[in-house]
Parts: sequence; structure tokens; C-alpha cells
Amino acid sequence: MIKAILIFNNHGKPRLIRFYQYFLNMQLQIKHLCTNKMAEDMQQQIIRETFHLVSKRDDNVCNFLEGGSLIGGSDYKLIYRHYATLYFVFCVDSSESELGILDLIQVFVETLDKCFENVCELDLIFHMDKVHYILQEVVMGGMVLETNMNEIVAQVELQNRMEKSEGGLSGAPARAVSAVKNMNLPEIPRNINIGDINIKVPSLSPF
Amino acid sequence: MLGYDVSWAAFNIVEVMSSSKFTYKRIGYLAASQCFHEGTDVIMLTTNQIRKDLSSPHQYDTGVALTGLSCFVTPDLARDLANDIMTLMSHTKPYIRKKAVLIMYKVFLKYPESLRPAFPRLKEKLEDPDPGVQSAAVNVICELARRNPKNYLSLAPLFFKLMTSSTNNWVLIKIIKLFGALTPLEPRLGKKLIEPLTNLIHSTSAMSLLYECVNTVIAVLISLSSGMPNHSASIQLCVQKLRILIEDSDQNLKYLGLLAMSKILKTHPKSVQSHKDLILQCLDDKDESIRLRALDLLYGMVSKKNLMEIVKKLMLHVDKAEGTTYRDELLTKIIDICSQSNYQYITNFEWYISILVELTRLEGTRHGHLIASQMLDVAIRVKAIRGFAVAQMATLLDNAHLLTGNTQRNGICEVLYAAAWICGEFSEHLEDPMQTLEAMLRPKVATLPGHIQAVYVQNAAKLFATVLRKHEGETDSQAAQETSQLLIDRLPLFVQSANLEVQERASCILQLVKYIQKLQQKNVEVAEEVTALFAGELNPVAPKAQKKVPIPEGLDLDAWINEPPSESESEDEKPKAVFTKEEHKHSRSRHTEVDEKELARRREVRKQEQANNPFYIKASPSSQKVYDAPGVEHIPVVQIDLSVPLKVPGMPTSDQYLKLEEERQQKEKAERKKKEKKKKREKRGKERKADSGPESEEDIRPAHQVDIVTEEMPENALPSDDDDKDPNDPHKALDIDLDKPLADSEKLPVRTHRPEVLKSPAEDRVNESIPQETNKGSGKEKKEKKKGKEKDRKRSKEEKKKKKHKEVEEELLESQPEEAIQSEETKEATAPPTSTSTEEETAPSSAAAVDTSSAAAPESEPDEPKDAEPEDTKSSKHKKKKQKKEKEEKEKKKKKRHHHHHHHSDAGGEDSVQNGTVEEEEPLPPMSNYSLLAENSYIKMVYDIQGNHQDESKVVVSVIFENKSDSFLKSMEFNVLDSLNSKLQRPEGAGPHDSLTVPFQLPPGVSNEARFVFSVQSIVMPQKLKGTLTFIVKSDESSTHEKLDFKLHFTCTSYLITTPCYSDAYAKLLESGDLKGSSLRLEGISMPFHHLLARICFHHHFSVVERIDSCASMYSRSIQGHHVCLLVKTSDQTVSIDAKCDEPSLLGNVLDEIKQTFSKC
Repeated sequence: MIKAILIFNNHGKPRLIRFYQYFLNMQLQIKHLCTNKMAEDMQQQIIRETFHLVSKRDDNVCNFLEGGSLIGGSDYKLIYRHYATLYFVFCVDSSESELGILDLIQVFVETLDKCFENVCELDLIFHMDKVHYILQEVVMGGMVLETNMNEIVAQVELQNRMEKSEGGLSGAPARAVSAVKNMNLPEIPRNINIGDINIKVPSLSPF
Repeated sequence: MLGYDVSWAAFNIVEVMSSSKFTYKRIGYLAASQCFHEGTDVIMLTTNQIRKDLSSPHQYDTGVALTGLSCFVTPDLARDLANDIMTLMSHTKPYIRKKAVLIMYKVFLKYPESLRPAFPRLKEKLEDPDPGVQSAAVNVICELARRNPKNYLSLAPLFFKLMTSSTNNWVLIKIIKLFGALTPLEPRLGKKLIEPLTNLIHSTSAMSLLYECVNTVIAVLISLSSGMPNHSASIQLCVQKLRILIEDSDQNLKYLGLLAMSKILKTHPKSVQSHKDLILQCLDDKDESIRLRALDLLYGMVSKKNLMEIVKKLMLHVDKAEGTTYRDELLTKIIDICSQSNYQYITNFEWYISILVELTRLEGTRHGHLIASQMLDVAIRVKAIRGFAVAQMATLLDNAHLLTGNTQRNGICEVLYAAAWICGEFSEHLEDPMQTLEAMLRPKVATLPGHIQAVYVQNAAKLFATVLRKHEGETDSQAAQETSQLLIDRLPLFVQSANLEVQERASCILQLVKYIQKLQQKNVEVAEEVTALFAGELNPVAPKAQKKVPIPEGLDLDAWINEPPSESESEDEKPKAVFTKEEHKHSRSRHTEVDEKELARRREVRKQEQANNPFYIKASPSSQKVYDAPGVEHIPVVQIDLSVPLKVPGMPTSDQYLKLEEERQQKEKAERKKKEKKKKREKRGKERKADSGPESEEDIRPAHQVDIVTEEMPENALPSDDDDKDPNDPHKALDIDLDKPLADSEKLPVRTHRPEVLKSPAEDRVNESIPQETNKGSGKEKKEKKKGKEKDRKRSKEEKKKKKHKEVEEELLESQPEEAIQSEETKEATAPPTSTSTEEETAPSSAAAVDTSSAAAPESEPDEPKDAEPEDTKSSKHKKKKQKKEKEEKEKKKKKRHHHHHHHSDAGGEDSVQNGTVEEEEPLPPMSNYSLLAENSYIKMVYDIQGNHQDESKVVVSVIFENKSDSFLKSMEFNVLDSLNSKLQRPEGAGPHDSLTVPFQLPPGVSNEARFVFSVQSIVMPQKLKGTLTFIVKSDESSTHEKLDFKLHFTCTSYLITTPCYSDAYAKLLESGDLKGSSLRLEGISMPFHHLLARICFHHHFSVVERIDSCASMYSRSIQGHHVCLLVKTSDQTVSIDAKCDEPSLLGNVLDEIKQTFSKC
């Protein structure tokens, strides 16, 4: 099973967080004592730890990492890929094939690329919901749902079309986008383009 | 969400989830999946919403609901929705099927009872035509089987077939992984697997698949390794492929290669050892993950010969390592490697002690306690090394300041614990006990953790005793008195300690020393008595030895000390399990006896073997030979001073020992022959060796003797017996035998409203045992039980109940099309008076599993005789359905008076529905929306028309074909003459007049359902379509072509879809003024009001919005979005219906149809 999917950028800013397991601090085993705040803290801690583990690795070392102390257990592994400014990290247990997950990340990224036409970090920021919807067609509840890219794209397209036929969010996103654009966001480099995203991983064997 | 707490928005999320617009619904579910979890309290509000979305005809509504649910499913949700999800597993759209299949895993985890009923259908999905669904099913079963493989062995043939036929690498990988989990349980499977797997290894180009194949082959080989002729070819192939992986430039493959290699290592260390060069090379890799994996491998590669060399290499890495994690890992690995199988590979323990001491110089390691326990272990168990160890520990204590350093949380100070204890316990070996004593009583010690201080204090006393004895004979008692004074001076520091243990020990010893000092001043000889305080040797005790101590005879732990309380139950049986039976029988001493006899026997056997083995050259001094652990204890202690200088001055460096070791081996060669004669004599002198046979001279000798820890165990026990399982593991509950036929009690909860759903299988079982026709009593019992359980929930508000109630009605309606998918279920819906014997026997057990909607009583199972109730006909089922509804209506009425009774009777009523009893209350007549389409002597067709949310211009006509003849009906073709307004949807490419083939054939007495989609343009008018069914009647002698004409009647009602509406929305709708009114009066209606409402709901697809006494408002919506509102009032025998709708002609027609319905009865 996939326990969590994290996407963050080179600076550790999370761009997508998807936990399929409710992580709680092990010292606070008693559930009712754990507020949502604690759970969020735990998630933040996990992201932080994962970022520290992943970010200090060179690009030419292997893509597997024995799980951090927080996600816990010897059964867990971090499998990640680094594309331009983004890290895609999957936290999985031993029932998943390591190379298979690497491939899945590739499929996911290529799907994003197709849906957003040259995906870049900004797409993930402004269309967080869409990224989630795409992810939902790939992984469901921690299990791999679909690996065929065309199928995924087709389902996403169909749903988007339905949304459009309902009139979408009646201009709400447009307003939000313009609002965000007028904000001063110094950290976000505006012209990241990872068009060569597919060329970055040529060593991938046909799956 | 994104690291922020949004729990405050939980309720708003629920609101968005329930929006009717897909756009919003999707966002709602996304938000829910991101921030809901088991503890979220609003989740319980979502059950009905999710259920509604699941049964939505719109595939993407269902899709988002499933996706969302998969992330926040709770035990309650799982239980309530299991049945709905199971129905979805047979959805027509593969997209939904695959999601439904996947989510079942989550449901199983949260609600294990659902596994058995759902499993047959899950199994079916393994052979689903859609590859996505297939892969989802494989995925789920693999996840399940990974935790409890033995229950899935029976699926092996099916998977084997899939493996050889599938080309989807994802599926293959999963299956191969699954086989890896199954083979250890079934060696025969392994033998079968080897060949196809080897073929795959040779043929596949996908590295991931290759890797998984190799992995599984390894698993197979491991399972076969016992008692099989060698599969050396396969092993060679694996190792060879892995070597290719490891040598690959891709770091990922290298990593995985090492990972797989470590699995082979366990059973076939030899084949891995030949690749030592490669692995040592990997130790230098810049990638930490790879280095760690290589370390794992090293564990299995060491031998007596290369241990020192390897550890030296590791020590170098320790010095170089940067991250503490990696360094800690190295440290544990070094200790693991050295201590494995009872220090099997250590030939020189002085070297090992030096290594441990060197390791203490590591800064900031967390594994101080590990080093400490190794030191203790070695010092206690290797007697010959004690002198050396004590010297080293004394040095450590002297330099304690180096260890304690600055940080409080420095784990390394743990070694001082070991050092102090060793120095104290074996103080007779100390050269200068006084100096050590002084070191142990330095004020700085007070900064150490409490438990270490306690050991310091205690062992200071032991040292004191030693010092006293040393100075005993001397005439000048000055030295001894100085020691006492030292203690008296320094101990008060510890007496003030905050740690109770330290405080207590310190004050005890302080008083003792003061007393001794007094005696000393009187010149009394005290040394002997003081030493006596610490006399006796401490032996190593195996972990869990305590647990293995047998119960003395005559001690019955289960006996009551006092009179047992009156209602004693069988619970007190449990403690027995702690002790195994043998332990009751034998006393402890006999165990050791048996062990020793066994050992002696084994030694004899081994000697025989060796004597016959030409490769054992008797006089060979080679030290490479492997020997087994039990032999070690019979090896005489070597006079150490012969080979190794005992004392290495100062802090030792382990490197010295490398050279020394070489020298030693040289020397040994020479010494060996000489000593052979001596040995026998030495041996006799040893304790505990009375029965040891003549020594086999081929065993290589370590420098020191190792005590075998099992001596302290009453019985051979693995260090980790049974407690290594996590009690919280959700998979534990899923350890369920799946091959047993389904019992009646295992039905999934029916989807009705909440109280019934809560019924646990245990309660069901109570019912089962009582004859069904008479189980009213048991029903009551159940009510009682439930009352307690659900009190809290019962106090739900009036409004909620209404909603639930409405829900039930809807469900009854909605359930029909779903049921219809299953051939068995169709019958209930149609209510023809057929008996169970006519049931189709196609999918028996799976049907049982799904056949759980309220109307679907279990009797339809041909393979479950228990369930077959001949007297229970289909019509009775319908009665039940109605009864239930009626009951609820009644309860509603009674609500005000019998408020707290409400739910009991509710539950009771449900029981009766489930179990097929006839209630004594007035039953509702059977209701069915299926009406006769056409009938002749061969075939009968009934049909029902349902609107389709998904597409506003489509309706689905479900037609049930029932074969009334004794012949076989086949090649049925269905055709309708299209009108301008309504058209039969034909597959692409078919002409407008082509007929549709009915996708099944009918054996005699069987019925089945087919669905046809029609597109309609205008829905305001009822329409009729003419059609023809042609079919071939095939009997034994002949086959004839037959035809049957029919007229499909599309009523306006059939364009209505049951849509729930909240009262506020309803009020708004009426206020808006867009609706045009009309009214209707029905005279002479004698049926109760709730019957009336139920009828309108059922036949005309309405839902009750609100009901007050004899007045009710109802709502429905057409497929094209027209709102239809009714206000139904009754007084005496007159019913007046005021209706409003935005399309007057539609309304008129609907009212006409309602009128017609009631005129019929």
C-alpha cells in the first residue's frame, strides 16, 4: 500500500500532500487525546523530515530511502523522483514493487504534463484541486487504481467536461487566480518550465 | 490540508459534499478525503449522503464518492456501506467496478465481518473482462494475502492461470509478489512455479518484473531448501542476475540487487559469499541506502577467518561516516556481526572487547546500551576474558570524563554502567582496586543518570570488600581504614541524590561502612564477612527464562483461593496457555538432562561423520572450519598466555589483534598437536562437563571459552516467541478462513436505517438458532440488547428520524434496479409466485453474499439447505418489504407516545423482515413496479421503467424474461418500433430498425433480466411503443421460431426520479412561484394514510419531505429537472392531493396516473 504521497519543491514547500494513513505521534497513542492540531503537526513533521532526507541526496544516487523515523517501521520505504524544482515522494510499504512505484511516479508526472500541457510548479499551485483529481484517478485510498495514462487522461477529461457543462465554479477560480496573481510572491519563481520533463529519465526501462 | 488544520470547516465540507452539482460535490469529497479521519465527528452525518451518491446513476458521482470514502472510511461507515459497495462491484461501468473493488480492501480492514460475504464476488472480479478491474482485484487480494497468506492458498491455481496468461506487468508483479507470500506455506506450489518464473526471468525486458521474479524464486528456494534436491541451477541464475543488477550503473537496480541478495543469503550463504568482492565494493558507494544494504549482506558473509578484517573495514567507515544514523547503523551492524550465533565467529575475545571499547569513543550515538550489554555479556559468559575486560573497564572508568562529555542525552555513558558493574563484580582481577574505587566515587559521577549512579554505588561496595580483603593480612591497617574513610567522605553525595534507588543504596552502604570502620578501629577482622556479602557467582540468564520455569508440582494457579463467585465463567482458562504442556510434566532438572543426552548423542553422530569424511584431515590445524555452536562449550579453555599476551597497555587498539591473530594461528598450528594429549585431562577438570565425550580434534579453538546461555533456560526457547505481533495490527482481524461456505449469520448488514444496520453477526446467530417462523421472542431479546447498545444514538432528533425514514423508502425503490442485476434478485422484485426451486444456479455463493438488501431473504441459495425455505415464496418477500415500510410508518405515528419504544420495534420489525416471519400486524399488499409486458405459453415478460439521472433524455427499461415452458429458449431478439419521441438505443452501426439480441438464453423455468435504454425527447406525455420479441424454442426433438408482440407503456411517472428534498429547500421552491398548481380528490380510500404514502412513493417515485399527522408533503423530480410537489391530506375516506409543477401537462398526467393507481385497489 501507498501510505502517503508528497510533492514539495526544492525549498521544502509542500505542493501536494496526500496521506492515506492517519499518522499520529507514537507517543500519543491514545487517540481521543489527539486533536486535529496534533495530526497536522505530525504531518508537517513528516514532510519536514522527508524533505531533509530527500533533499540532501544527490541526483545520481538511488531513488529509495529507508523510511524516516516518523513514518516508522522497517516495512516502509520512501521512493522518490526529482523533477526540475519538484520532488515527488511516495511512501510505500513492502507490498509495492519499488521499480513499479518509480514507474507510477513517471506515469503520474507524464499525466500531469499532458493535462496541463508542460506542467510546471505553478500549475500545481494554481490548480491544486486538479492535481488531486488526477492523482485520484491514479491512486485510490493508497492502492494503485490505474496505470494506463490514456485511461487516466480520458477519465479526467470527462469529469472536467462535466464540470464545464455545469458552468464550473462560476468564475470563482478566475477571481481567485487574479487575486493571487496580484499578491507579491517572491519565493515562487514564475518562469519555471520543465518541458523536458520526460527526457530527464531516459534510463527507464519499458514497463 | 497542506499542513494546516481545517477541522473547523468539517461541517461545511459535509454541506458541499451534499451539493447536487458535480463540480461542488467533487470539491467537497476532495476536502473530506484530505482532512477527515476516524476521529472526525461529522463523519457520522455523511453516511446517507455517501450512500445516495454511491447509488447515483451518474458514474462520476459514484466515482468521487468512492474515492473520497476510501480515504476516511471508519468502522461505522464500512459496516453501513459494505453492502452498497458490494453491489457496485458488479456495476456495468468498469470505472466504478474497479473503484468498488479497491475500496473493499479498506472496508475489510475496518469491518472484517464483511470479508467472507464479499470474498466470492471479489474472486469473480479476478476474471473480469476489464483489465483495470482485474488488476484492482489482484491488488486487493494481494494486500489481504500478504498478511494472512494461508487463507488464500486455494486461489493459487487461479493466480497461476493469470500469471501464465496475463501480459500486464502490474498484474504480473502483484501476482508474483503474492506467490512469494504463498510458497512458504505450500512447497508444492513452489516446485510448479520455478519453471514459469525462470522463463519469465529469461524473457522479460522489464527490470521491475525481472526483479520481482528473482525475488519470488528466492522465496521458493527458501521454502524448498529443506529436504529438496538442490536447485543450484536456479540459485545460480538468481545470483547471476542479481550480480548484473548490482553491477548496473543505475543506483536503483544496484540497491534492489543487494536487497534481494540478502534474502538468498539466509539459506544459501555460500552462493553469495562468492560475490564478497562486489559487496565490499558497495560499502564504499557514495549512496547511503546502498551502503546500508551492503552492510546487511556482510552479516552473512563473515567467517572466522575474515571477521577481523571485515570489522576493521567497518571501523574505518565508522570513523569516516558523517550522519549519525549511518554511524549508528554501522555500530549495530558491527555488534550484530560479531555476536551472531553465540559469538560463533569470534576467535579472540580480547579483540572484541577492544573493538567495543573503541566504539565507545563514538560521539552522540544512541546505542550506548547496546555496547554496554555486549560488554556485560562477554564478560559474564567468557570467563577467560574477565581479567582483560576488567582492566579495560577500569581504564574506561578512569577516563569517564571523556565519555560523559558535555551532553546530557549522550547515550554512550551507558557503557559506564557496564564498566562499573564488571569492575565491581570481577574485582578480584583488578590490579589496583583502590584507584578504580576512587574513580567511581568522583563527584562528577553525580551528573550521570540515576540508574548508572546506582550501579556505581553498589559496585563501590564490592570494590571496598575487595580492597579490605587485599589488605587483610597486612599488619598495618592504615590502607584499609583510608578506604573506609574515602567511602564515608564520598557517599553522602549520593545519599542526597534525587534518585531513590541511588539514595537507598548509598545510605545502606554508608551505614555499613561506618559500622565497618568502627570494627576496624577495634582491629577486628572484617574482610571475610564483608566479602561474604557479595559472594556467589552470577550466571547469565536467557531472555524469557522466567517464563519457562515449570510450575512446581501441586501448585495449581487456576485454583480459587477463595470460594469462586457464583457465576464463574470460562475466562479463567486462559492463563494456562502461558505454560506448555510439557512443562507441567517435567521438572526443570530433567530438561537439562534430556538436553545433555541429546547433545552427547549429536556429538557422537558428528564424530562418526567426521571420521568417515575423507575431507576432515585429522591433524589439520586449519581454523576455517565451521563448527556448530553447542560444540563450543566443550572446548577446553586454552591457556591464553600461550598465544596472546594478556595485557595490552593503555587503551587498546583492535588493529593489534589482527596481527596477533595471525601469529596466534601460526602458533596454534604448532601447539595443536602437543595439546591434543593434554586436552583430555583438562576436560575432566571442568565443571559441568561430566558427560562430554572425547573431544573432536577438528574443531577449531577460540581463544576463550564461551558459556552457552541455554544452560539457564528450562527449555529451548527462541528469544522471540510469540509476542512479536502487534496487537493493534488491523490485519489480525482479517485472518479469516475463506473457504468455508457462508453461514447465514454472515450476511452483510442490510441497508436500512441505522438501528438495524447495527446488528452484529453475533446477534444474528441468536436468531438463526431459533426456528424462523417463531422467532418473535428472539427478536425481542435482540431489542433488549440493542436498547443498551444504542441508547445514545437513539436520541437522535425528530428531524433526523424523518430523514432516515425517507431514506428507507427511497432505498426500497432504488434497490430494485440494483437487485435486478443479479438474476436471483430479479425475482423478488417481480414477485411472480415462483418457488425457490426455479432459481438459477449460476452464481450461488456470490449471490448469497450480495443478496442482502432488505427484500432479499437468504432462502434463494440452492447450496445452503439451511436457508431453503420452501414455504417462503417470493410474494412473501414482498410482503415483508411492505411490512417493513408499514411498520416504520406506524412507528412514526406512535413516536410521540412511545418515544423510546420506537427503535426497538423498529429493529424487531426488521428482524422479521430478514428472517421471513409473518408479523401479526396488518400487512401491506405486495407492491411491485414491474408490470406485465406480454405473455404467451413460452415466455412471460414484465418490465419496469426507470429514469436516469445521468442523462436527461434517457430511460432504462428493465425487462424480466421468464421461461414458462419446458424447452430451452434461445436467440431472443428484442425490437421496438421507434416513434419520433422515443427511440430504442441501439449499438453503433446498427440500423434504426435492427433488433437487439437479448444477451442470455433461458433454460426451462429460469428468468433473467435485460435492460434496454431508450432515448426520449419530450417527457410531458405518456407514450406507448409497439415491439416484438422473437425467439427460438428448442426442445429435444425440435426447435421452432416464435414471436411475441408487446406494447411498452411509458408513463409520465417513469420519468420521475426519487429525489430527496429538505424541507427548507422545498419551502423555497414553493415560494418561488414558478410552479403551476393542480389538484385531485380521491374518494373512498380506506387504506391507512401511511399505506397511501408508501404507495405514492413506491409507484410514483416520490419522497416524503415532511409529514404531520394526516398531512404530508412529497417531492419528486423528472429526468429533465421538472420539480413535482404534492401536498397530500386525508380526512375520513377522502384524500385530496394538491400538486404543483413547472410543467402543467406533466403534472396532469402524473395525477392521472396516481388516480389510476388508487382506483385499482
